Amino acid sequence: MKLLYFAWVRERVGKADEDVSPPAGIRTVGELMDWLAGRGEEYAYAFENRKVIRAAIDHTHVRPDTPIADAREIAFFPPMTGG
Amino acid sequence: MAVTIRLQREDFDAGAEMARLVGGRTDIGAVVTFSGICRDHEDGRGVTAMTLEHYPGMAEDEIARHVAEAQSRWPLQGVTVIHRYGRMTPGDNIVLVVTASAHRDAAFAAAEFLMDFLKTRAPFWKREEHGGAASWVDAKESDDHAARRWTAATSGRGRR
Repeated sequence: MKLLYFAWVRERVGKADEDVSPPAGIRTVGELMDWLAGRGEEYAYAFENRKVIRAAIDHTHVRPDTPIADAREIAFFPPMTGG
Repeated sequence: MAVTIRLQREDFDAGAEMARLVGGRTDIGAVVTFSGICRDHEDGRGVTAMTLEHYPGMAEDEIARHVAEAQSRWPLQGVTVIHRYGRMTPGDNIVLVVTASAHRDAAFAAAEFLMDFLKTRAPFWKREEHGGAASWVDAKESDDHAARRWTAATSGRGRR
């Protein structure tokens, strides 16, 4: 699946997007964040405060308990500050 | 309903967009035009510039969902939403919302509804420059509060 990062999540991870294949046991958005946080220092830093990070699956806001099985594109970003 | 949603780097002309929405029609009795503008201060600190990052694709989808929601709540004849991205300096336009209806109450309410959701749900992030330093803008509790009142007002009706 394709992952996208925005704003300070993007800066901390050090890239805007990547393709990943998480292990079969990773079933939800929250579990995906836990798995990502273990991939290295930059990921641990980006996902250190998981409660503030928002996620979207295929352009729709989702909660951490949302299953990722059918996702094509998952994005992680800080709370939005547009308008 | 005439709906226009645009994300663009370029500036916009609020008057021209309003004229385009209402031009040639005689059924519109009220049009509200809201412009959000880059200001030169935030929390007592000077702001020299601002860069808006967005999530292409999702930003359009999310705005379209809220325009559809506004349409289901109020009798609207037209909506235009334009949101800029990229770097802006104080005085520059950031966002435009134009709502048209037969009567003013629907036009006012829909414009406010759309702005509240643009601030809290549309995937945009502001990075402010203060002289040499830059920092990501933190989300404001007051904006979340403003968006929540639309949910609270209709909790009995069950939102999607």
